[in-house]
Amino acid sequence: MNPNLLLAIVLLPLAGAIIAGLGGRLVSRMAAAYVTIAGVAISCVLSLIVLKQIYWDGVPAFNGPVYTWLVSDGVTMQVGFLVDRLTALMMAVVTFVSLCVHVYTIGYMHDDPGFKRFFSYISLFTFSMLMLVMSNNFMQLFFGWEAVGVVSYLLIGFWYTRPSAIFANLKAFLVNRVGDFGFVLGIAGVLYYTGSLDYTAAFEAAPRIAQESFPLTSTTSVEALGLICILLFIGAMGKSAQVPLHVWLPDSMEGPTPISALIHAATMVTAGIFMVARMSPLFEHSELALNFVLIIGATTALFMGLLGIVNNDIKRVVAYSTLSQLGYMTVALGVSAYGAAIFHLMTHAFFKALLFLAAGSVIIGMHHEQDMRKMGGLAKYMPVTAVTCWIGALALIGTPFFSGFYSKDMIIEAAAASHRWAAPYAYWCVLIGVFVTALYTFRMLFLTFHGEERFRTAHAHAASHGGEGGHGESHGSADAHHHGGEPHESPPVVTVPLIALAIPSIFIGLFTVGPVLFGGYFGDSIFVLERNDVLAELGHEFHGPVAFALHGFITPTFWLALAGVVTAWVFFLWKPGLADRAAEALRPIRTILVNKYYFDWFNENVIARGSRLLGRALWRGGDQVLIDGALVNGTAATVGRFGGVVRLIQSGYLYSYAFWMFIGLAVLLGWFLLRS
Amino acid sequence: MITLAHLLTLSAILFAISIAGIFLNRKNVILLLMCVELLLLAANFNFVAFSRFLGNLDGQVFVFFVLTVAAAESAIGLAILVVLFRSRRSINVEDLNTMKG
Repeated sequence: MNPNLLLAIVLLPLAGAIIAGLGGRLVSRMAAAYVTIAGVAISCVLSLIVLKQIYWDGVPAFNGPVYTWLVSDGVTMQVGFLVDRLTALMMAVVTFVSLCVHVYTIGYMHDDPGFKRFFSYISLFTFSMLMLVMSNNFMQLFFGWEAVGVVSYLLIGFWYTRPSAIFANLKAFLVNRVGDFGFVLGIAGVLYYTGSLDYTAAFEAAPRIAQESFPLTSTTSVEALGLICILLFIGAMGKSAQVPLHVWLPDSMEGPTPISALIHAATMVTAGIFMVARMSPLFEHSELALNFVLIIGATTALFMGLLGIVNNDIKRVVAYSTLSQLGYMTVALGVSAYGAAIFHLMTHAFFKALLFLAAGSVIIGMHHEQDMRKMGGLAKYMPVTAVTCWIGALALIGTPFFSGFYSKDMIIEAAAASHRWAAPYAYWCVLIGVFVTALYTFRMLFLTFHGEERFRTAHAHAASHGGEGGHGESHGSADAHHHGGEPHESPPVVTVPLIALAIPSIFIGLFTVGPVLFGGYFGDSIFVLERNDVLAELGHEFHGPVAFALHGFITPTFWLALAGVVTAWVFFLWKPGLADRAAEALRPIRTILVNKYYFDWFNENVIARGSRLLGRALWRGGDQVLIDGALVNGTAATVGRFGGVVRLIQSGYLYSYAFWMFIGLAVLLGWFLLRS
Repeated sequence: MITLAHLLTLSAILFAISIAGIFLNRKNVILLLMCVELLLLAANFNFVAFSRFLGNLDGQVFVFFVLTVAAAESAIGLAILVVLFRSRRSINVEDLNTMKG
């Protein structure tokens, strides 16, 4: 494979970002949009060509450096690409979703003063994400990892005049730092044991490291590979928003909706999943790390889904759904079904981006209203959005034949088949999670698109307090005259990407499940020990996607999902009063859910306040007393006091100086004489 | 018979007197200058004494240089003294303590 082709894929979005971002007045608004879209579109086409070459033409994987940055003490830091089947799939997903979002942005950000800045950021994001997935060494992986974090920070705080956005982007940044701390330590561990940052070297050394143990204190030690993998996974927990580092993701919905779709659903948050799959040769050798991954993932999958049930902000519901689905992917990683995780990542990228863009379309149609309690009956006014949103929802809850069914059911089956000691817990979590997913998804659908039309009264209310629901989102004031009017279907630049994403959301699972999961698509890019290989076990029972889907109708998964839908229908469409009574009856549980398990409370009151107390103590005690008081001012004071003593003998009289000179001379001479 | 020791003793006594003069004098700067002269003369005395007893004239030649320098030094010293008196209306050593730290 030609390295220049790979360079072009990476650098075109970067070029677009630079032109749109730094072009200033030379680049008009639409020029910025077209330049970035052209860059990403070419990049997407080239990625598809790479995918075709790798999969259909059987071109061997490319693994090599393109630029050596520096060599220090035997450690080589390079920019290099490892493009195998796993990477090729990721590249295609990233560039395709990114392209859809670019197009959609023209409509969504149409009147925003930061239009060009926005395009520059999302192109920069595409560049960073491609650097991350195409890397062949830990240094570049870390570069991409941090770069996507920075872009995410910039985009969450895109409307930087809103205090809530600034709070959210700072929170995202800080929480990710916690994860990155573990990640850096993990990379340091790899470097310590292998002396190299290259993937290949680390993977080859994995069985050897698995034998070693790392001393924690003088008496206790822990298996070295397990420690490295857990530290790396802590990085993934930050980026992929796993409990307890998930708190930033719901708040990140302060960013514009295209960003929620691109970064906080489809691509960036899956970086952690991708990283673990990429590191499968390391993780495979550590049962400890995989059990850890499994528990974290299962907890996230179930308990974050529950939060979606009590939220009223349409975007936040989808955000909690993302958390829950990321938990499913992590469960798949934890049971060594890396292929299933990547497969779910791919299908999820399509239907979750679709759901987010549909939510964005609803928000546009409702004139920047996000509260679902003020919607209802929108299907009549926004048919395209409603239909595509239905498709996304059906895919999400795992309706047979839809893409989400294949990936999600496979994860549940894999959890059932696994022999890890944490697997039963994970199995029950993901199984109950199916019911929860169906419940919150259809609650959102019913509240938004069906039932009573609540927006007429709601709008009058919203307008009276300055359109608070809109939070001043982009064109809030520009079309204030629309307020109180009918909701309207969005323009084609919005609906076309919706349709473009709806098609793969339905069909991509059907066509790819066989080759990707059981046809050996990943080849040697993912490594699974034979005794852990649950997908191979499942493969014996797999007789084609249609049979699998038909079988899906008689599994508990399907009936649980159906039960969730029916529950949602009863509570939110058939007898809306029932929901309030149920909430009243389950008040203690509801309180916990509304407060998001008190994670935010804990972070703000214990960790943040504790850090501030510690910082204050160190400032007062360490800085002001010790450093400023004793060291800096202390040195000056000592010199001053010594000078004060010495100045007493400086009388200013010539004769006294002469006298001291004479005394000195006499002493020196005397010493000189007596010595010899 | 006058020996070298006698001469050196005399020289030491002269030196000591001049040093004591420098330390003890609290009144007059002119006296300080005179003491410095005496200091140099004590040194000259040594030169002459050693020259005489070692039979080498170099020492006595050196005395002339020293005398010349001493004369120049006194001239400069007196000039400074005149300027000092003009500016401070006093040549009292007790008043000259501007070097105090």
